[in-house]
Amino acid sequence: MSFLELDALRKTFGAQVAVDGLSLKVQKGEFVSLLGPSGCGKTTTLQMIAGFVDPSGGAIRLEGQDLLAVKPAKRGLGIVFQSYALFPHMTAAENVAFGPEMQGVGGGERAKRVADALELVGLGAFAARHPRQLSGGQQQRVALARALVIRPRILLLDEPLSNLDAKLREEMQIELRQIQRTVGTTTILVTHDQAEAMALSDRVVVMNKGRAEQIATPLDAYEHPATPFVASFLGKTNLLEGSAVRPERIAFATSGLAGTVRTRIFQGNHWLYQVETKSGLVTVIRQNTGEDMPGEGAAVHLAWGTR
Amino acid sequence: MKSAPYLLSLPALLLFAAIVIVPLGMTVALSFHDWGQYKGIEPVFILKNWREVFTDSYYAEMFGRTFRIALLVTLFSAVFGAPEAYILNRMKSPWRGIFLLVILGPLLISVVARTLGWALLFGGNAGLVNKALTGLGLIDAPLPFMFTETGMVVAMVHVLMPYMVLSVWAALQRLDPQVENAAIALGAGPLTVMRRIVLPQAMPGILSGAVIVFALAASAFATPAIIGGRRLKVASTLAYDEFLNTLNWPLGAVVAVLLLVALVIIMVGANRLVERRYGQVFR
Amino acid sequence: MSRNGPLALAYHTLFVIFMLMPIVVVCWVAFTPEGFLSFPTSHWSLRWFYAIGRYPEFISAFWRSLGLGALSSAFAVAISVPAALAIARYRFPGREGMTALFMSPLMIPHVVLGIAFLRFFTEIGLGGTFTGLVLSHIVVVLPFALRLTLASAVGLDSRIEHAAISLGASEATVLKRITLPLVLPGLVSGWALAFINSFDEVTMTVFIAAPGTETLPVRMFLYIQDNIDPLVTSVSACVIAVTVAALIALDRAYGLERLLVGKAGHGR
Repeated sequence: MSFLELDALRKTFGAQVAVDGLSLKVQKGEFVSLLGPSGCGKTTTLQMIAGFVDPSGGAIRLEGQDLLAVKPAKRGLGIVFQSYALFPHMTAAENVAFGPEMQGVGGGERAKRVADALELVGLGAFAARHPRQLSGGQQQRVALARALVIRPRILLLDEPLSNLDAKLREEMQIELRQIQRTVGTTTILVTHDQAEAMALSDRVVVMNKGRAEQIATPLDAYEHPATPFVASFLGKTNLLEGSAVRPERIAFATSGLAGTVRTRIFQGNHWLYQVETKSGLVTVIRQNTGEDMPGEGAAVHLAWGTR
Repeated sequence: MKSAPYLLSLPALLLFAAIVIVPLGMTVALSFHDWGQYKGIEPVFILKNWREVFTDSYYAEMFGRTFRIALLVTLFSAVFGAPEAYILNRMKSPWRGIFLLVILGPLLISVVARTLGWALLFGGNAGLVNKALTGLGLIDAPLPFMFTETGMVVAMVHVLMPYMVLSVWAALQRLDPQVENAAIALGAGPLTVMRRIVLPQAMPGILSGAVIVFALAASAFATPAIIGGRRLKVASTLAYDEFLNTLNWPLGAVVAVLLLVALVIIMVGANRLVERRYGQVFR
Repeated sequence: MSRNGPLALAYHTLFVIFMLMPIVVVCWVAFTPEGFLSFPTSHWSLRWFYAIGRYPEFISAFWRSLGLGALSSAFAVAISVPAALAIARYRFPGREGMTALFMSPLMIPHVVLGIAFLRFFTEIGLGGTFTGLVLSHIVVVLPFALRLTLASAVGLDSRIEHAAISLGASEATVLKRITLPLVLPGLVSGWALAFINSFDEVTMTVFIAAPGTETLPVRMFLYIQDNIDPLVTSVSACVIAVTVAALIALDRAYGLERLLVGKAGHGR
């Protein structure tokens, strides 16, 4: 029996269908991402699990128990909101202590758990600060500590990193992954960032218009996209002779599809080419190995493994 | 769940139904009642009061004065207030806050106290304003301010000016300062920038400020009563007289209802106009 | 580039003088040692401030205004909070109309309100009573209270409450520990702005106040109608001093621009 089970989950707002029969089984300790563009229904799904939105149909079961029958306050889920939703009038420690207090955890035990949680996210020294005295990354960590300290059955992450700058986001991805491994909490992440989903998750659910287009491991979804939508959403892709070919799988060769380099862009660790061929524009990515590469206007041949 | 917002607003709704809508309805009804020196108010339905107000030229003159003063007050506060709002907006941090407090603060100071200040300044021939004007050689003989429309307009411009500055200032806040620089970089002189770039963007603020100032000027009471004295009546002071001196309540009710209707029509019309002209640009 | 030139600063100076002149003049004349209106130059005196003590109707009117302002503003805030939550949190038929109704005392000339209340209160036997004053003041200051409570209710991120719920807090706990502490500054400012407006209200109150229930501005207005002498300038100077003190406190606590920009935003 799976740990968390979404069964034909459905949500409509008037005539608009937000989530259209989504089914998903999550194992204990697994890290699953709901990935898709805005309006694909991923956030609505998360809110239905959290209990802030009532489903129009379907079921949610946690350890075989009907979750929809449980009030939001009693579900015992840890949630990290996109805006962090920290309590602005409380210190970091008070924010983290709020959950244990609600669970009736008393004095010494509570203080210890709060200290441990803040230590886990590396904010031991910032316990007495108010949210507005913390940077975006630090607020994010407080939100994570606040969600984890109640020892949630599931950790729900709603675009938790989207308000951070690129460098910080990468650091937090690594840290988030480590923390999740350490604590072992089953985690559902909602994101529109395919790189983030692939970096963090055991499995991704690629969603589009309220439906799951593919549920697979990141590598599997990337290499064997089930639909054209998944292929294009998970990275650049070329449609060549009826099949999707990733740009980094195409090489310059002595023979093969003939074409002319239209543009060439240097991106540090790789080159990005647009090649004009009789099959249309083809995107090619080549690693930068320091060798000379064809320039703009050069005549080239393209080859790729067909299998 | 559906009824929650109505339940939450119920106290306020009940209060407004009982204390605003019913009394206003009663006032409209009152304007159709009969009144006599000795018999008092008679609850009958007659058009006598309305006919009197519409036929007696005294009322036409009085409403004419009310709206003429309101229009002049609006005009002057726009002409003098808009540039000040622009200057305020360009000030640096501590000064801007300080002067905003100085200019907007009077809004919260008692109208009676502010008008008293003008009464002292105008104060007959010896008033400070006339002394200053003659001292500067601008005029030969003292100008009459007290009990004149001129005096009422000056004092009311002062009383209502903060609303105009506030409204224009709020509009200018939304203005991207880089836009002016962009115009200058494209070769526009300061006057062109002002006329083609700043003014059009400040216009919604000026117009909405004008609507507020006009409405408040047309219904002003304390300032016209103190500066205008007993002779120079505007709509609200006349209504006051009918209610508390002459005791002809039905006639006073007609004046009040007419003032309310005229203002609602003018304000709704002006808001429509502003929204139609500027709605698309600023929303 | 965006500096004010000398011409602009000269204009600004004249403008500020224009705005402050009548207020300064009132306070200046209040210190005259003479028995008539004059601008003291060499001699200053507090005699007209002491004189206020001999006019008990000013003293009692002051206390009445204070009590009226405090009471009506408190009621206005108490009524505004649930209404503000309804307007901020729900989309329901009649929402726009209801908001317009609650804001309407700003649009309706106070003379008209005064007349309507005079007629209404006389009919129901509340004419000239303090109860009538409180009821009418609740109505006219409610828009100010509602504006600020609405601003803080709208500014309150409902996800913060969701976060508290997800951590196991009951609805009552969320209200007590999260919602109220977060909207409290808005409530206090709303009360303060409502209080100032009630304290200054004269146009409507002059219709419904009887000799025993006159507020301070009404007493001042009626006094000025009869004659202007140094006494009323010293009373005005006191009112100005109290208002300026409240204003500075309010500016520190909340920021006057925010308070007032909301107020003017009413005209749209």
